[in-house]
Amino acid sequence: MDFYRNVTATRRLRTVAAMVLVAWSPALVSCGVARPHNPKQHTAQTQATSEPYVQRVDGLPVGIEMVPVPGGTFRMGNTGEAAGKADEKPVVSVAVDPFWISKFEIPWDVYEAFVFEKADPTTIKEDAALDGVTRPTPPYLDMTLGMGKEGFPAISMTHYNAIQFCKWLYTRTGVFYRLPTEAEWEYAAKAGTETDYDFGTDASQLDEYAWYAANSGGKTQPIGKKKPNAWGIHDMLGNVAEWTFDQYDAGYYDSLATHGSVANPSKFPHELYPISVRGGSFRDSADQLRTAARAYSEPAWKAIDPQTPKSDWWFTMTPIIGLRLVRPHTPPSEEEIKAYFAFEPMPDY
Amino acid sequence: MAGVSLLPSERLFAAGANANAQVIRVGLVGCGGRGTGAAIQALNADPNVKITALGDVFEDRLEDSLNALRRVGKDRVEIGDKDKYLGFDAYLGVIDSGVDVVLLCTPPAFRPAHFEAAVQAGKHVFCEKPVAVDAPGVRSVLASAKLAKEKNLSVVSGFCFRYEDNKRELFGRVLGGDIGEITTVSTFRNGGDLWYLDRQPEWTDMTYQMRNWYYQNWLSGDFIVEMSVHSLDMMSWAVGDKLPVRATGTGGRQVRTDEKYGNIYDHFAVEFEYPDGVKAYHFTRQQPGTTFRNSVEVFGLEGKASIEVGSLYEIAGKKPWNYSGNISNMYQTQHDELFAAIRSGKPINDGEFMANSTMLAILARDVSYTGITTTWEDAIQSDYEMGPKIGEYDWNLKWENPEVAIPGVTKLHA
Repeated sequence: MDFYRNVTATRRLRTVAAMVLVAWSPALVSCGVARPHNPKQHTAQTQATSEPYVQRVDGLPVGIEMVPVPGGTFRMGNTGEAAGKADEKPVVSVAVDPFWISKFEIPWDVYEAFVFEKADPTTIKEDAALDGVTRPTPPYLDMTLGMGKEGFPAISMTHYNAIQFCKWLYTRTGVFYRLPTEAEWEYAAKAGTETDYDFGTDASQLDEYAWYAANSGGKTQPIGKKKPNAWGIHDMLGNVAEWTFDQYDAGYYDSLATHGSVANPSKFPHELYPISVRGGSFRDSADQLRTAARAYSEPAWKAIDPQTPKSDWWFTMTPIIGLRLVRPHTPPSEEEIKAYFAFEPMPDY
Repeated sequence: MAGVSLLPSERLFAAGANANAQVIRVGLVGCGGRGTGAAIQALNADPNVKITALGDVFEDRLEDSLNALRRVGKDRVEIGDKDKYLGFDAYLGVIDSGVDVVLLCTPPAFRPAHFEAAVQAGKHVFCEKPVAVDAPGVRSVLASAKLAKEKNLSVVSGFCFRYEDNKRELFGRVLGGDIGEITTVSTFRNGGDLWYLDRQPEWTDMTYQMRNWYYQNWLSGDFIVEMSVHSLDMMSWAVGDKLPVRATGTGGRQVRTDEKYGNIYDHFAVEFEYPDGVKAYHFTRQQPGTTFRNSVEVFGLEGKASIEVGSLYEIAGKKPWNYSGNISNMYQTQHDELFAAIRSGKPINDGEFMANSTMLAILARDVSYTGITTTWEDAIQSDYEMGPKIGEYDWNLKWENPEVAIPGVTKLHA
């Protein structure tokens, strides 16, 4: 029941869960976050003025393209014609505040600078200094698993790894990026539609929009080669499944439905598994690529790990997972940002 | 042979209705992440496995391991204070504690002595790779493996790729002639850097060296012995575990120059010459920021077999094939097969190939260190011992790291 509204919880991390809900509160709008230097990046405070932009990271040759997603209310869950699964029901009305979302899945070109300290050409911005960024343990295998690096999505990182990447990025840019909540992810994927796929109901058109079992050759593919959805977001479906911030709960929509309509829900990840991952991957069939389809992380992803405790950072041999970033339109307070990044790894036996 | 033994550890796990109900007691020597992982795989392999003894030189590693094991194994982890063995002689305590199986998972320098003691005491063994850091160690392991065979003991090695479904199928086809006569093998193991632990004020020199064992070549064997040996093991598998005639190599350290990296290299390139003109080439490096690669290519007169570990298992040529099944959990398979062998009384003995594959890496290291082309025969007969004898280890022992090897200058076999 703590998936929202639990603002008074004493546990610091729970207040982070609530952050998603209260961040738009007018009282918090003025709270200081270190501001980016490009005025275009922070002058937009309403959906009318928000525009796409490229987040540059000093030292990196590639930027991160961000596209605006207007705030609004949508129907979360299986709104299409497919039978769907029990965890996609009931359909619930959900309000979401405006945010930007990365146009592409985050590629190795960016992620690698975070993974390998010695190969990191970026520098910390003084006004965004946090307690030291924790980096992944050096992977002992090629984490691309031979699937390609330049222009290919970063893969196999744990949820904790993905959040620490956001922290690294914050210290380099002064801009708060985080993982999408499950609601934000689905809202962006549906892009105003209620059909099985954002482009309609005909799975035979999937090949134009997504890399999945039928056309991927069993591998990840370069980002941005397929058509975007109506809001200009590429590879939302397929290629790699994408982390959300939220704990997966098969009964989540039931819980939400008991509250009528909800705003900015997020189910805080108190447990290491399962975490909600969305969009389906290059290994999935068409049904799993529906915008309403849900999936989750599981311990089997780390079964092939010779060490115990198992890695906090990597799913060896599980190349199906990647990430996409969200930047809330109204940034949270510095306190809330610190709390978000204070996430500790949970030991995995 | 085993049937006449009176040692409890050599007791038969007899066939019959209750055969599988008999508890198999397992002791772990070396409680790091890998050892703890191995112990969990042992627990998962057989419902009547119990972990009954732990040994390590470091109390914190032992306690962390016990904590992890208890979470997974619950009451199948029967460890009281008397079952915890600490110190350089901890392995003796574990072996003598009434266990049936020992898991040998310490840094490699200790393996020959641990393996010898385990086999002499009649224990079945899971023996992590590599199994030695020098030729005397390899010869000791070969002798112990022979003794294990005579005693009908199972010895499963940590050369895990030999227990992975896709590689078994690919190498089975290669050895079955699907790519014709083999002419050439190439292997690459290119990766980045690894962990390092900062020195603490209370540590002696030996504590520091043991905590950072990877960077002391007399403990780890250097990274080609510790890590890249997997590639050389697959190379050996491809040529039917025939032994090479000689090897030529080069190597050095360009990135790993800081004192904290002890005396190990960061790159090697080695050619192995096999009988009948067959050649095998191995490239390996640990340099952050470089392109990773973990590959095996076997060239035959009628085709080519290719492995990119984790992603590609393919044969091209007259009999094309590729593996599209799931990647099996080789770490678990090793223990599943070890405990099944113990139950069935049909021992597995990986002893010979695990020793020879380790020796391939020692030969590769030494020809690169010295710059001198060396025959297998000369290398395996060497009496050069890299580190202290097992009985000499002590927290106050001063053991100077040899200088970083300089090709043309460094002599190993003097």
